[in-house]
Amino acid sequence: MWNYSDKVLDHFYHPRNQGAIEDKGESGIAVVRGEVGSLACGDALRLYLKIDRASDRILDAKFQTFGCTSAIAASSALTEMVKGRTVDEALAISNQDIADYLDGLPPQKMHCSVMGQEALEQAIAQYRGWPIAQPTADHSPLVCTCFGVSEERIRKVVRENRLTTVEEVTHYLKAGGGCGTCREAIADILARTIAPPRLTTLQKIQRIQAVLAELRPLLQQDGGDVELVDLEGDCVWVQLQGACGDCPSRLVTVKDLIQVRLQRVLGPAVVVEALA
Amino acid sequence: MTVVYLDNNATTAVAPEVLEAMLPYLTTAYGNPSSMHRFGGQVAQAIQTAREQVADLLGATPTEIVFTSGGTEGNNTAIRSALASFPNRRHIVTTQVEHACVRNLCRHLEKQGYQVTYLSVDRRGQLDLLELEAALTGDTALVSVMWANNETGVLFPIDQIGALVKSRGVLFHVDAVQAVGKIPIHLQDSPIDLLTLSGHKFHAPKGIGALYVRRGVPFRPLLLGGHQERNRRAGTENVAGSVGLGRAAVLAKQHLADMARVQALRDHLEQSILRAIPETVVNGQGSPRLPNTSNLGFKYIEGEAILLLLDREGICASSGSACTSASLEPSHVLQAMGLPYSVLHGSIRLSLSRYTTPADIERVLAVLPGIVAQLRALSPFSDDESDWLTERTHALLATG
Repeated sequence: MWNYSDKVLDHFYHPRNQGAIEDKGESGIAVVRGEVGSLACGDALRLYLKIDRASDRILDAKFQTFGCTSAIAASSALTEMVKGRTVDEALAISNQDIADYLDGLPPQKMHCSVMGQEALEQAIAQYRGWPIAQPTADHSPLVCTCFGVSEERIRKVVRENRLTTVEEVTHYLKAGGGCGTCREAIADILARTIAPPRLTTLQKIQRIQAVLAELRPLLQQDGGDVELVDLEGDCVWVQLQGACGDCPSRLVTVKDLIQVRLQRVLGPAVVVEALA
Repeated sequence: MTVVYLDNNATTAVAPEVLEAMLPYLTTAYGNPSSMHRFGGQVAQAIQTAREQVADLLGATPTEIVFTSGGTEGNNTAIRSALASFPNRRHIVTTQVEHACVRNLCRHLEKQGYQVTYLSVDRRGQLDLLELEAALTGDTALVSVMWANNETGVLFPIDQIGALVKSRGVLFHVDAVQAVGKIPIHLQDSPIDLLTLSGHKFHAPKGIGALYVRRGVPFRPLLLGGHQERNRRAGTENVAGSVGLGRAAVLAKQHLADMARVQALRDHLEQSILRAIPETVVNGQGSPRLPNTSNLGFKYIEGEAILLLLDREGICASSGSACTSASLEPSHVLQAMGLPYSVLHGSIRLSLSRYTTPADIERVLAVLPGIVAQLRALSPFSDDESDWLTERTHALLATG
């Protein structure tokens, strides 16, 4: 049994704004829709938006959903969230916002929130006349053939939701949840999308030396110099030489100059210490 | 709200008589059946009685019954025993619709170098016996098939399959976890070498089951240790469980005739639903089926949503829908039957027992049409010809 929040169950038992919006051709009013999912995938959402062109404001939203409890609840929640917002405000809604509105979704059901966000994006693209954004038909390679998920869609949810594991990608997009043959490819995409540069100690030393070489002329102007002494994890030990060695501003030199420059290259965790 | 329990293929209520028979072995009669004193000896006698009761239900002899912890252990033991008994044979024949404990074991064995043939089923869930015949080779160590499918209740023609398998000199294992207690079984004059049963599917508690091993069939135990179960299953006996299983077997035999009443209730349920709810199918219809099982497909809606709305009305059912499982794939059984997507995701299983009453069935009939209508009103799909549906299905096929 899934552990659904009371809010999910409330939106499932009492869905808000179910149905379609008919385009009556009113002047100044646009009726657009976004469709994602399919019968084959096991869930599908058709989202209707009624937008006032002058103010760019969403006057009404309705949905039709084929899917499980959380798919219906996420669709219902989405319509409540977008009504009254401007199109730009609606575009800022992320799938996490939809999940948060429902007091969270079980991890395995996050794809229901992604489906909502994608339908919203598609409907707005139609309104704006953008060349869509059919989530299954972007130009990047198809990774998961069971659920029709492209590389670009995987990269997008990984970035937006800071996903780190293949399992999470499956929870958010279903990708990898069918035959499973694409799981390795998903792991590669994850690695490329999220990995901070991982450097060997030698590479770190080379980068530190390069930074120090850039700074050296500045110090030499004041009759000083700097040498790299040691590297221990994130701690860089340096020896200030010449005039710098007993300069009253040596701490400023170490922390505000050398440390700041090294952090840009090696990441914010770097600490620089000067040997006395 | 009283619960209407229609999930008896998942598990059943422990019969009051079963609990009563077990209680002494959970309280005063706690001796170890292997002990030399009379305090333990009386317990050994109780297990022997239970063994006779289980044998009687199956039309077997008591020495052919090995108590296990349940269906998973029974199936694992049977398959591994067959392979160990014929170390030179590296081929297994099974089907695409087996329970996970057979399917995943076979997949694991494939990784270890065994070759496995998974026989297909047709739209009614039936095997093609010619496909089976063609699959059997001199390298085949074992044929393992289920008697009754847990999801659809579809019965395989075990006597016909067995005759074919035995004519080729191959061991024949049957997973009868869903069949025992629901249909008559006479192992003495059957082609079955090994048969698995599980107590909690017929009103014994969870954690007890049995494996039938035909006299003369080579056997290798899964668990090694003490001499229990005549060296076939080491470990101190689950005494209370075994006694409960024996009592449940006696009751099952007494109540076999009751299955006609259960079937009448099931048929009434199915016919009434088909009349009341359009675009509905009975999965496995046209095949011989268990008397208690109904697998219904409601087009254009999703099974988990149906289950939650039923649960709200106090009705327990289950679904092979992708959304109810940790995996994202819908039921492998319904997929193997080649059901269309419109049915695949919207199927639920209602499974009855001898405790099911006409009032239970009326409760379902009172609420299910409304639930299906409510979900269909939400669904963007209403017929198989919808542009969206065909476009997307084709798109997926094209990219796949």
